[in-house]
Amino acid sequence: MNVSGWILALGQTALLILLAPLLSGWIKWVKCKFQNRRGPIPWQPYRDLAKLFRKEVVMAQQASPLFRATPYLVFSVTVLASSIVPAFAVGLPTAVIADVIVMVGFFALARFFLCLAGMDLGTAFGGMGASREVTISSLTEPAMLLSIFTLAMTFTSTNLDAMVLHTLTQPFQIYPSFIFAGMSLLLVGVAECGRIPIDNPATHLELTMIHEAMILEYSGRHLALLEWASMLKMLIFGVLICNLFLPWGTALHLEPTAIAVGLLTLGIKLMGIGFVLAASESVLAKMRLFRTPELLSLAFIIALLGMLGHVILEVH
Amino acid sequence: MNFTVLTLAEQIILTLAALMLFTSFLLLAQTRLLTLIHIFALQGALLFATTLVIAFTYGRHHLLISAALTLGLKVFFIPIQMQKLVTRLDIKREVEVVGNPSLIMFGAAALVLFSYYAVLPIRELSMLATRNTIAVSLAIVLLGMLLIISRRKAVVQVVGFMCMENGLMFAAVAATQGMPMVVEMGVALDVLVAAILFGIFFFQIRTEFGTLDVDKLNLLKEVD
Amino acid sequence: MNALYLTLLLPLTGAVVLAFCGHKRIAGRLNLLFCIATFITSLRLAADVFFHGSILTPQNFFYVDAFNVYLVLLNSFVGMTTAIFSSPYMAHEQSIGKVKAGGMRLYHSMYQGFLFTMLLALLTNNLGILWVAVEGATLATVLLVSLYRTPKSIEAGWKYFLLCGVGIAQALFGTTLIYFAAVQIMPDNNQALMWSVLYEHASELEPTVLLLAFVFLIVGYGTKIGLVPLHNWLPDAHSEGPTPMSAILSGLLLNIALYAVVRFKMLIDPALGSNIAGHIMMAFGLLSFLVAGLLLHRQRDIKRMFSYSSIEHMGLITFAFGIGGPLATFGALLHMIVHSLTKSAIFITVGHAAQVCQTQSIDKIRGLIKTQPEIGWGLLIGTIAIAGLPPFGVFTSEFLLFSATIKSFPWLVISLLFGLSVAFAGLFRHVQPMVFGECPTGQVKVKANMWPVAVHLCIILWLGIAVPDVLAGWIDQATIMITGKGVL
Repeated sequence: MNVSGWILALGQTALLILLAPLLSGWIKWVKCKFQNRRGPIPWQPYRDLAKLFRKEVVMAQQASPLFRATPYLVFSVTVLASSIVPAFAVGLPTAVIADVIVMVGFFALARFFLCLAGMDLGTAFGGMGASREVTISSLTEPAMLLSIFTLAMTFTSTNLDAMVLHTLTQPFQIYPSFIFAGMSLLLVGVAECGRIPIDNPATHLELTMIHEAMILEYSGRHLALLEWASMLKMLIFGVLICNLFLPWGTALHLEPTAIAVGLLTLGIKLMGIGFVLAASESVLAKMRLFRTPELLSLAFIIALLGMLGHVILEVH
Repeated sequence: MNFTVLTLAEQIILTLAALMLFTSFLLLAQTRLLTLIHIFALQGALLFATTLVIAFTYGRHHLLISAALTLGLKVFFIPIQMQKLVTRLDIKREVEVVGNPSLIMFGAAALVLFSYYAVLPIRELSMLATRNTIAVSLAIVLLGMLLIISRRKAVVQVVGFMCMENGLMFAAVAATQGMPMVVEMGVALDVLVAAILFGIFFFQIRTEFGTLDVDKLNLLKEVD
Repeated sequence: MNALYLTLLLPLTGAVVLAFCGHKRIAGRLNLLFCIATFITSLRLAADVFFHGSILTPQNFFYVDAFNVYLVLLNSFVGMTTAIFSSPYMAHEQSIGKVKAGGMRLYHSMYQGFLFTMLLALLTNNLGILWVAVEGATLATVLLVSLYRTPKSIEAGWKYFLLCGVGIAQALFGTTLIYFAAVQIMPDNNQALMWSVLYEHASELEPTVLLLAFVFLIVGYGTKIGLVPLHNWLPDAHSEGPTPMSAILSGLLLNIALYAVVRFKMLIDPALGSNIAGHIMMAFGLLSFLVAGLLLHRQRDIKRMFSYSSIEHMGLITFAFGIGGPLATFGALLHMIVHSLTKSAIFITVGHAAQVCQTQSIDKIRGLIKTQPEIGWGLLIGTIAIAGLPPFGVFTSEFLLFSATIKSFPWLVISLLFGLSVAFAGLFRHVQPMVFGECPTGQVKVKANMWPVAVHLCIILWLGIAVPDVLAGWIDQATIMITGKGVL
């Protein structure tokens, strides 16, 4: 039994969980700077979470056990997902279950319960949010899987760890299909994490909100867990996109220096992706809900192009 | 042969091929005229880049002239003239209604697949690593045709026509490392004259029909 | 050799000169003068080839053999006779204000430019230049189709431009594929598009690439030939442009595109070792032949009607080249000549008829034989000739084609006969009242020069009664080049 490996794996999971609010705070901070506002400090999300945890939970009388269980379920599933992402090192013991389809499955599971909980109380907003969430996810999932399959075809594996390892150990290659897979995954990530232009996390305007509508009835620690889970989800997507397409810097061996380099580069990459996201959110406006299928079908087309590009250009 | 044995230049060419295909898709998805023209110029720039890479990598210096022609014609002259024309005819704010955008996109993807299967037997022949680009160039040609038949604005149809030309030039450059010089010059001359004639036609159509909507061009029928 | 360069240079000079003085009164004569000079040099060129065999210029740039030189001669001859007609016709159009001075300049300059591109397409040995020249022929004529600036003519011009442009782009892709196949086996890239060089290496070229290339080529050049279903531009362009343009478009341009297809077929057949290219051509040809024959019936515009007849005949020729035996090829080559001559004669007559009645509508053209007998007779005899009745040359060539079909594909003759009778009925149903019907008031005689028509029809009659030995030997030489065997 590889004890140090397991410790590292646990450490990575803990680190991701703890870092998640910081990424949200960082994005918000950069966005405020772009818009010439003062904005909250980057670690403001920690304070918000702490405040929510201290608050009393208010729940509707009709709430079923499902409603009560969902926050814990969603949070733990997301934590599980975070444990299998290769973040700063490859070759951790969790690598054997780090399958990309498992990952998609985790997210689908979390979403399923979230939607059920949204509908549980029978309020108008919860049901509306759930229906929108499902609509969008039905559009994102094919694009996500298609771009992942493009990667899997190149690496001949669906294991995330193997994918990262492959890129790190092979000589440098430009894969045309990766450009498309990357673009598609970015669009999908934006939609999955409920960011502009699909959803706006900063508003509670009833006509437009999606994610916020589902969790409108939650309060106190339940709300804190759900918020935390969604921050963690965004972090996971960020880490995935960084490490699949630009894995350089990730530790190949479990040595202190390599891990330190891995941590440092991961931090820089995440700051970079947060910066890009903030910049794009400052430039773009939120789309009308009825036009989101256009954007997501574009994501699908790009993913399809990636796959076609792989078949046409890269298979000899 | 494995993808990993390709040289960097060949990888760049293949990537440029994929990007050219992508710009064709963007052209199909775009509904604003000015943006459409800009994307067309971008595609020209990609073609120019491909020609340059091939000219230097394989030492085909006559391709430099071809590259210069592409740069002059497809990146600057034609897009700039079109932009001027669109501004002069005051149609730059017009947004075109396309049929069902998703359907057209999937049709386009199907065309890419079709061109892949059409040229599949050829791929076995050539020793060039860039032979795969034939499928891409055929796809670009077919997507140009799709752009022509799916749109109603005469300007967009011309962009589609020029997009087809881009695909043809790309085939000549990437798959065969350039046609003989005299042919390339002749083709460039034809493109130039065609571009000028298209401009003349815009004005004639605009004067007689009061619009650049080719739906209005329906006076002549096969049978009465 | 000098005759070759002169044949190309004369129309080119003509295009430049007439670009400056095409609006003057003398322009029509000048145009004719250039055409006559081109005809004389091409006669000289033909004599050279006839007595000394094929000519290949240094660096293989031009190549003249029995096959293309007879088309060169036909080209310059029809160009010349149409120029005779064009001079008074265009003067009349200008006098009634349909064309302005600038338009006349464009017309005359592009008339020569068009002849130049067609001759270049015929004479060049480089398949890429062949493409450039055919595309150039489109570009030269596209503004002439919209010369009258009416909504209909602009629509026709736009359709012509876009459809032919898109079509011909496919041909360039096919040419690129041929080049791709050629560079695999040839060290010198600059020679890899030379037809004469490719022909020597034809059997080494990769068959799969060639077949794919041929599909693109037949779609590309087939658009230009006007093969169904790629024909939509053709009736529009023919009916809306000035009549001399219709005459040379129908009589010459279609031939050039077909010439290109046949040249490519000659390259592809040895490599494939089967007649699959021919089968593709037969399918396109037969479809065009039948569809155009049926569509003839429903036309209301006289020029449109005869342009459908052109599609029909081009379909028949394509079909015949597709069959591929010596007899069919001989018939097809002969049919190219007789169709060109007859169709340009008909268009010339139709142009005058339209001027007499001031309309192109079939319903309003009546009683030509009373108003201006020579036009009436011209139209009647021309129609008899084009419908394939003896004793005219079209009958001879169609007879040859039918015999060849009976030999190779007996069951297809039924559809050919059906198409022929449908087209015959369609033509005469419309032409009979136009010639003999009740003459409406308001028709005026026009100044018509019927000499070109008379000359063309006499030649057709001559070819119908007896094909002269010189011509037969000549066509036989071309047949041997294309199929390997002669008829005589």
